[in-house]
Amino acid sequence: MLNTVYRLVEPRRIEAEFCDIDVNGEDILVRPTHLSICNADQRYFQGLRPPEILRKKLPMALIHEGIGRVLYDPKKEFAAGTMVVMVPNTPFEEDSIVAENYRRSSKFRASGFDGFMQDVVSMRRDRVIVLPEGIDLFVAAFTELVSVSYHTIDRFIAKSHERRDTLGVWGDGNVAFITALLLKKRLPESRVLIFGKHNYKMQDFIFADECYHIDDIPADLLIDHGFECVGRAGVSMSINQIIDHIRPEGCIATMGVSEENVPINTRMILEKGLTMFGSSRSGAEDFKNLLDLYRENPEIVEYLTRIVGETVEVHTISDMTRAFDTDIRKKGGKTIMVWNK
Amino acid sequence: MVYGVILGGGTGSRMGNVDKPKQFLHIGKKPILIHTIEKMIINERFEKVIVTCPDQWMAYTKDMIKKYLPDADVDIIVGGSTRNGTILNSILHVEKEYGLDDETVVVTHDAVRPFVTQRIIDENIDAAVNGIACDTVVPAADTIVESVNGSIISCIPNRAHYYQGQTPQSFKAKMFKELYESMSEEDKAILTDACKVFVVNGKDVTLVKGETFNIKVTYQYDLRLAETLLGGEE
Repeated sequence: MLNTVYRLVEPRRIEAEFCDIDVNGEDILVRPTHLSICNADQRYFQGLRPPEILRKKLPMALIHEGIGRVLYDPKKEFAAGTMVVMVPNTPFEEDSIVAENYRRSSKFRASGFDGFMQDVVSMRRDRVIVLPEGIDLFVAAFTELVSVSYHTIDRFIAKSHERRDTLGVWGDGNVAFITALLLKKRLPESRVLIFGKHNYKMQDFIFADECYHIDDIPADLLIDHGFECVGRAGVSMSINQIIDHIRPEGCIATMGVSEENVPINTRMILEKGLTMFGSSRSGAEDFKNLLDLYRENPEIVEYLTRIVGETVEVHTISDMTRAFDTDIRKKGGKTIMVWNK
Repeated sequence: MVYGVILGGGTGSRMGNVDKPKQFLHIGKKPILIHTIEKMIINERFEKVIVTCPDQWMAYTKDMIKKYLPDADVDIIVGGSTRNGTILNSILHVEKEYGLDDETVVVTHDAVRPFVTQRIIDENIDAAVNGIACDTVVPAADTIVESVNGSIISCIPNRAHYYQGQTPQSFKAKMFKELYESMSEEDKAILTDACKVFVVNGKDVTLVKGETFNIKVTYQYDLRLAETLLGGEE
């Protein structure tokens, strides 16, 4: 079938291109309904990635956070109309140790191949997961983002020691909000403290035990483990603050992306015997486990509606550009495209 | 019930130096007709997809569909001598095989418009199911010039009010049948288009936004363009 793919051909320019997709194969055809813009998409759209990366990757359809309805399943396992989340990570080999999102052979939507800005997305059968009945579709649109926090917390539970009385989350953006919320639900015995820069944003973290401005952290405040959810220029300072306030043998999870190398206080990492680990992306199992958590705790979805920012109806290519421009100007929250193209 | 009707009844006389009807020519690795059928069969709102073809190309069409889409459950019937005759044949086929009632909708689409999108198909179905005939259009890109005698311009209408018709065109099947059969042969002869059956009978026809790339592969140039559009994949 001649499918229409809306590819970024150069920064700020999206064009309709076409590819032939197989309707008789194993793949499930999904019609996107709600697509959520990630900062990684913005970096391509605005041309903030290095020129050699842009030359290598473009033209490419953006968006790796999205849901849709099953249009056609040649094997008839999924009924037409079923609402599903699309998993952007696509592994090509098995590995009993390395998770699918860390295998160098895996491909990722809107990074290694076309993202979800298409008329119809041909999805491998193991990359499509049915959404809970009646879920808020705007929240479901950014399931991928939430699954990244879910994945990090799984790794944190596996890697950290079991004294988890006080957990610190650095950041007051979407990732911090999601991570703190999931920590409260998954580790209900732990106190979760927020360390942010904007008091008005931290007011939304109503489920957290305490919020501190990063310029005003009590010197004697101690945490058992810390999560860096800041990214970009703030990574260094936030990791160093965690190192200052963490108890010995604690664990630091780093989640923020920085384009630059980051200086950190390794002396104190050694002295305190800290464990620091990184996480990136997520796999299909993380999506499934997260959706189960949503089913058991529907209030999580209710909280997550707070970070639905702008919603943009997309009927034309200029609507797509408008959605990205709206997303640049936003103060916080996620921008969701309601996909009617 | 919604039926997809793929109109491939013509003989392709405008295509120049080729012997096959244009829907049998290839874009990429498959015939144009196969690309178009695929667009329809993946939309499960269709109860059935009906493919019309010229009489002398029936066996060829059947074999081709069997080759490329062995699991496709489509009906293949002979088209009529005119576009609306082909649509009427399709509706008579539906009536005979599946029964016709006031809710039966047909989404009629050119076999040679393989770039149609699911959004266009869905919006067609939505309009027709709600009882309003619809036509897929894009705003006219060129100024339209009217000349009645073929040599002197009689009128240059305001382009903002003009659109170029594409397909699908969708409507209630029974209403089309009744309106069409009530028309005289002279009136039928000037119908170049299914929606005109509704317009000349004073029925509303709504607009569905098409796409500039939803081209009709009519001339050799279009085939080149279609190949270019798909070029990145080769």
